[in-house]
Amino acid sequence: MRITCPLCGERDRREFYYVGDAVALNRPDPDAGDVVWDDYVHNRDNPAGVTRDLWYHESGCASWIVVTRNTITHEVLETALASDVKEATS
Amino acid sequence: MRVAGKGLVDCSKPLRFLFDGTSYQGFEGDTLASALLANDVKMVARSFKYHRPRGIVGAGSEEAGALVTVGSGAHQDPNVRATVQEIYEGLSAQSQNRWPSLGFDILSVNDLAAPFLGAGFYYKTFMWPKAFWEKLYEPVIRRSAGIGALSGLSNADRYEKAFAFCDLLVIGSGPSGLMAALTAARAGADVILCEEDSVFGGRLNGESLEIAETSGQDWGTAAIAELSSMDNVRLMSRTSVTGAYDQGTYGALERVSHHMTQAQGKPLETFWRIVAKRAILAAGAIERPVAFRNNDRPGIMTAAAVRTYLHRYGVAPGKAVTVFANNDDAHRTAKDLVAAGVHVAGVIDTRTDAPDGQGYPVYKGAEVCDSAGRRALESVSFRYADGRVDKLQTDCLAMSGGWNPTVHLTCHMNGRPKWDGSIQSFVPTEGMVAGLEAVGACNGAFSTHAALLQGNAAALTALGDLGLKTIAQDVPDAEDAPYRLKPLWAVKGKGRAWLDFQNDVTVKDVKMAAQENFRSVEHMKRYTTQGMAPDQGKNSNVAALAVLADATGRGIPETGTTTFRPPFVPVSIASLGAGAQGKGFAPERFTTSHTASVERGAPMIEAGLWYRPSYFPATGEKTWRESCDREVGYVRNAVGVCDVSTLGKIDIQGPDAGAFLDFVYTNMFSTLKVGRTRYGLMLREDGTVMDDGTTARLGESHYVMTTTTAAAGPVMRHLEYVKQCLRPDLDVNLVSVTEQWAQFAVAGPKSRDLLNGLLDTKIDNENWPFMACGTVSALGVEGRLFRISFSGEHAYEVAVPARYGDSLFRTLTSRAEAMGGGAYGMEALNVLRIEKGFITHSEIHGRTNAFDIGMERMVSQKKDCIGKTMSERPGLTDPEREQLVGVKPIGPVKQLTAGSFLFKSEDSAVRENAQGYMTSVGFSPEFGTFIGLGFLSNGRARHGEQMLMVDHLRDVVARVEICDPVFFDPEGGRVRG
Ligand SMILES: [Zn+2]
Repeated sequence: MRITCPLCGERDRREFYYVGDAVALNRPDPDAGDVVWDDYVHNRDNPAGVTRDLWYHESGCASWIVVTRNTITHEVLETALASDVKEATS
Repeated sequence: MRVAGKGLVDCSKPLRFLFDGTSYQGFEGDTLASALLANDVKMVARSFKYHRPRGIVGAGSEEAGALVTVGSGAHQDPNVRATVQEIYEGLSAQSQNRWPSLGFDILSVNDLAAPFLGAGFYYKTFMWPKAFWEKLYEPVIRRSAGIGALSGLSNADRYEKAFAFCDLLVIGSGPSGLMAALTAARAGADVILCEEDSVFGGRLNGESLEIAETSGQDWGTAAIAELSSMDNVRLMSRTSVTGAYDQGTYGALERVSHHMTQAQGKPLETFWRIVAKRAILAAGAIERPVAFRNNDRPGIMTAAAVRTYLHRYGVAPGKAVTVFANNDDAHRTAKDLVAAGVHVAGVIDTRTDAPDGQGYPVYKGAEVCDSAGRRALESVSFRYADGRVDKLQTDCLAMSGGWNPTVHLTCHMNGRPKWDGSIQSFVPTEGMVAGLEAVGACNGAFSTHAALLQGNAAALTALGDLGLKTIAQDVPDAEDAPYRLKPLWAVKGKGRAWLDFQNDVTVKDVKMAAQENFRSVEHMKRYTTQGMAPDQGKNSNVAALAVLADATGRGIPETGTTTFRPPFVPVSIASLGAGAQGKGFAPERFTTSHTASVERGAPMIEAGLWYRPSYFPATGEKTWRESCDREVGYVRNAVGVCDVSTLGKIDIQGPDAGAFLDFVYTNMFSTLKVGRTRYGLMLREDGTVMDDGTTARLGESHYVMTTTTAAAGPVMRHLEYVKQCLRPDLDVNLVSVTEQWAQFAVAGPKSRDLLNGLLDTKIDNENWPFMACGTVSALGVEGRLFRISFSGEHAYEVAVPARYGDSLFRTLTSRAEAMGGGAYGMEALNVLRIEKGFITHSEIHGRTNAFDIGMERMVSQKKDCIGKTMSERPGLTDPEREQLVGVKPIGPVKQLTAGSFLFKSEDSAVRENAQGYMTSVGFSPEFGTFIGLGFLSNGRARHGEQMLMVDHLRDVVARVEICDPVFFDPEGGRVRG
């Protein structure tokens, strides 16, 4: 698998550390309530199809990257710096 | 036998090799298979289950019969395909799966018991009694049914792994692959051409055919010469592309020195990961055998393999060869043999309209129905449609049931091939692997001309995709004969007809599977083990499907194929794990004091990837405990020195550095004064403790965080995550400086005296109180000094740039020794911190929260932080949770052990009654006994309670008393010194 780091270009996936669904970006308010927090910390979808994950370019530039990919076709559809994605949504 | 004037082997370079201890001669360029055939050795193996004699069936990497073991001792390599192994001077190969010898094999008695060993026999015969399975059945089956064995020794060969990149990867160098490579390379594309054979050319080397009015071999040689002269082309022979993966990544196994007497410093194999923008699969096709009674006898081969042995190796596999065919292509075998002066006994063709012979008889409308011969073929019987049976004396049968395109790589990304009725086989479905196009025989185009056309066209498409300018190519003329075939999978009749030669699966087995309702192809495969041998069914899958389809009354396309998975050919685990054997398994990280510690005889222990001294033995000490007790004494009574550089150090700078730390730590850091250090607790978002450590504020916007050794990497990753994913609004930057600074703990009542001997400006309790930090100059080197303590003593940590670490450690230890102290290791460090109840990852092990370790008040109520909300869940502050306690022995047994469980004195020591567990223990010289830390349900309310500590593994039972985790100096006066 090859991932295009927005800063370093296309690199082998062994340079990256995988953490999981990019919903981790959407941290709830402290008083959002048990259900919201439980969902945020513990519950993840497992889609057959398009998914957005967080990858960390640990053996590269240390960027956290939002990778949009298709779990069926293995296509990597888009990559973006997590900080850009976060700033755009907040 | 050799055929004069034929073959590409170098007859001027004879080589001697051993097979089963007998010495034979071959030539450079021979495979073990061709050299054995040249020496008229027909029987080379015994089969998996029935121990039937096996010979050489093919001439390629898909070989179904000739598996041998090469080499001995630690170099022993089992299940080597004799058709792939090139010979070299001194090669020694052994046959497999026989005892005591290939000719006389005790377990060939299995063949007589065949009625009991059919499909599913494992499941039926060995069901009861249950206890017999492990003790009797399995060992017997494992001994009798199997292929080559491992040596049991550590692999002594060297392996390598490597990456390569290209515009276009061409897989296979037959006519279609060569044409594709030429077209792409001439247009300037970066091309990698992989060929699994030792020579390029594919079928061109095994056939007598013409391209562009010259011989196919000569055309291929010229093409390779042109390609090898180009800088943008990389030719990789002996390299099998084994798998297709995401984003144009291909795995490939290069056999680097399997063909050499001496490796000459080269690895045995290299596993490549090739990243290609586009790929062309030109993998060819595999000729399929026909199932008939006793079709597994040595001497029975595929028709194309016989041509390969003739043209490529100059070997005739028999003195009187018979061809058995259902298609025109196989007739070439007879023609080529006759042209080379080899006697052809006849061609038996199932078709009544088969072509006429050219110097040999053709028996039209007939099928081979049986074979005879003791250890090798002596005759075949064939039957006409009217039932008349005839017989031919022959020592080699060249059979062909048609060809199966090598579609494997196109299916590695979950693709399925499609059925093509015109060739009675499966062909690739387009677009199953992005960027990969199949051409030539693997795409069902069986004529040479069609292969050249497809190779050229695919290269032009790839060039277009790559945005490269294409140059029109003349595709040379070549044979364009139609593929005429009448399907034949299995000849009807009594007796056993083999489909899978390696796993001993017969037509009857597949029919039985269908009868017993294992009708799905995946079920049939598992029930019969068809296709599960090293060739993975390359020779047998399509025929087995056809038999299953027939037995279940379905068509072949409806029956479907099993899943094609990588690798295409067997790949050694050693090549996949190249570089990871022994010390290569994990990098070693050494501190700057490593050499000095080893010089002092310190046993080094692993701490993650780091190596740290366990203790520093002194003359006369007999046990590690003596050394440890002495080193604890240094710190409690004088001064000890310990390398703490392995702790993670993260430099944090920026105007929002304080706010950032407030968010990742439970407690406040923005309020910390410059020149001060504070202990911090870090949670995961679920409220569990992640790590702890001290963080120093060196300037208004400059902090240095310390992490535990174990969590340095994860904490760095976490901080970057928080900064980039959660708080990109904060202006802060992070960098790991763990390896830039050598840092030493200087601990004990005389620590300041020791330091003041080195510091260019002396310190005292006023200007450098407990938790102070700042820049200092030591012996003219600028460094940092932190007054922090992990021992409860008056202590410091001094840091200098790593290049001064060795020197500073030696200076500190020798001066400490002069003051009645010295270096201390991990054992002493551990005892010192247990005496103070300080935690490590033994306590914050991923299941404990701030409440459990008695630090819930460190979770500031003035702010939000990672993990705060979840840590407030009621279940996480339940008093019944296991809480940190101290444990000391009070009975006759003084030993405590980490990992043991705590029980109420009156309870029986079973898991359900466990009240808690021990996490850390050490022998405290201060108290003259073992002490320990552990977790106990509602533990803080149970100080003084007497309990039992039980270690079921080490068989230790001790009476203990629960106490406060701080054993030593609970008021903490000593640290302020
Ligand atoms: Zn990067």
